[in-house]
Amino acid sequence: MRLYAFCVYVFLYTPIAIIALFSFSAGRSASQLEGFSVKWYGRAVNNPFVMDALGNSIFVAFVSATLASILGTLMAVGLQGIRGPVRAFFDALIYIAVMIPGIVIGIATLIALVTVFDVVNPWVASFWADAAAAPKLSMGMGSLIAAHTMFTLALVVIIVRARLSSLEAALSEASADLYATPFGTFRQITLPLIAPAILAGFLLSFTFSFDDFIIAFFVAGSETTLPIYIFSSIRRGITPEVNAIGTMVMVASLILLIIAQLILRGGAKPKR
Amino acid sequence: MTQRLRNWLLVAPAAAWLIVMLVLPLSVVFVFSFGERAPSGGYVPAFTFEQYANLPARFTAFKNTLILAPLGTIMALLIAYPLAYQLAVRTSQRWKTLLLVLVIVPFWTSILIRSYAWIFLLGGGGIPALLASLGIEDVRLIYTPFAVLVGIVYGYLPLMVFPIYVSLERLDKRLLEASADLGAHPATTFLTVTLPMSISGIATGCMLVFILLMGEFLIPALLGGGKVFFVGNALVDLFLQSRNWAFGSAVAMMLIIIMLVTVTLYMRLISRLNVQRDDAQLM
Repeated sequence: MRLYAFCVYVFLYTPIAIIALFSFSAGRSASQLEGFSVKWYGRAVNNPFVMDALGNSIFVAFVSATLASILGTLMAVGLQGIRGPVRAFFDALIYIAVMIPGIVIGIATLIALVTVFDVVNPWVASFWADAAAAPKLSMGMGSLIAAHTMFTLALVVIIVRARLSSLEAALSEASADLYATPFGTFRQITLPLIAPAILAGFLLSFTFSFDDFIIAFFVAGSETTLPIYIFSSIRRGITPEVNAIGTMVMVASLILLIIAQLILRGGAKPKR
Repeated sequence: MTQRLRNWLLVAPAAAWLIVMLVLPLSVVFVFSFGERAPSGGYVPAFTFEQYANLPARFTAFKNTLILAPLGTIMALLIAYPLAYQLAVRTSQRWKTLLLVLVIVPFWTSILIRSYAWIFLLGGGGIPALLASLGIEDVRLIYTPFAVLVGIVYGYLPLMVFPIYVSLERLDKRLLEASADLGAHPATTFLTVTLPMSISGIATGCMLVFILLMGEFLIPALLGGGKVFFVGNALVDLFLQSRNWAFGSAVAMMLIIIMLVTVTLYMRLISRLNVQRDDAQLM
């Protein structure tokens, strides 16, 4: 049994190890180890396309994770006091958002937004003296952030709600008995207690958005994020540079994941 | 401000976001699936079932998905269960968390990067070269259904291990001891105690993996080399290359319908199994 478990771990980590290993190759071939060097890391860091894509990815991930944390937390708190069919409707929406394949979210967002933009753009332009100078909505960073926020806010609602439901109602009741305003109770009692869940939700949202390829592939318009760059590089032929980028991305997600785990674990312990 | 109003105000921004970015787009797909393709690509309003009638044109994509997604789910289950069992039942508390985290970590790192690693492993210089050195020549793995199967099992294994682990972890270990004390063979204990008690974990894991596999695009694109393609690949082709939105929407609707039907049937089956178990407990 132990040997079996060991084999599964080998299966899980060999591909990751291979990429990390090949990224240190000194040769030009992506699938052979020729000497040891970190030059491909240098290449990757000095490649303006890579840096541009990385910047876009970080920006989109940061903005959508921030929006998702705020909107998701508000929704989780608000839903606590709502019962009946409205509650059931939103519960269903949240599960649909998480369960539906990314590819369906991608195409649906693409055709819906393009259709809406085709109606809105001429209408806005009709108010401008010079129609050509009128602002135009198009697919790009904005639509990508909107799509990622939709998915990740559902993720935040699920995480924060799990934490909220484990809180004792007695705490808020005690606070109300001591004449705290509802907002005061929220700020001084509830918020500090659910903060670890919100932060963990933020980090998971950031990781999701940063790693997402399929939604971005449809929704990002002419903008390039890092996963889109990596995908098109693979299509052109894998180089050790792609391996170096992949290794760096995996290390970065690993660090974020560990931080999220530590925060969630630390927050889960009862504080007495 | 009443409490009711306050709750509504808290929910409103996220609700608006979900409606504009989820309900509206899905409704658009539904409406477009009854439309027609504009000559230059895109969509012309219409009410026709033509797109649905045309679905057999993408038969291969549906066939591949409906064969490889269930097969991948079963393979992942067979590999994941013993591991989850080992972690939940046979591992000391000290190592448990670390080993579980080691299973989950790959899932949260880019599936794109993890999948393309298999291009090396299954390509000419990887496993086939290894086999050749053992005397087994001319094995072709990359760009075959097998490659796609390996990729999907690898990609979604962590998602299968986790729920099964959770259900086995909750299992009262004294039940296993009691069963053994009463002279049950380990296999009998497994079949009559462990397996029925972990059915909910198996169900969750299978459902999660199956749903994600139905919409898979990346793994067949990278490891199937254009020969083994899923519905997801057909969708990318229809929306980004040939810009046939109406037909693409019908394909997407079909995908959603197949998913909904399987998930509903599946839930029914599982709740039935649970009911039977409760009956057994009453006796």
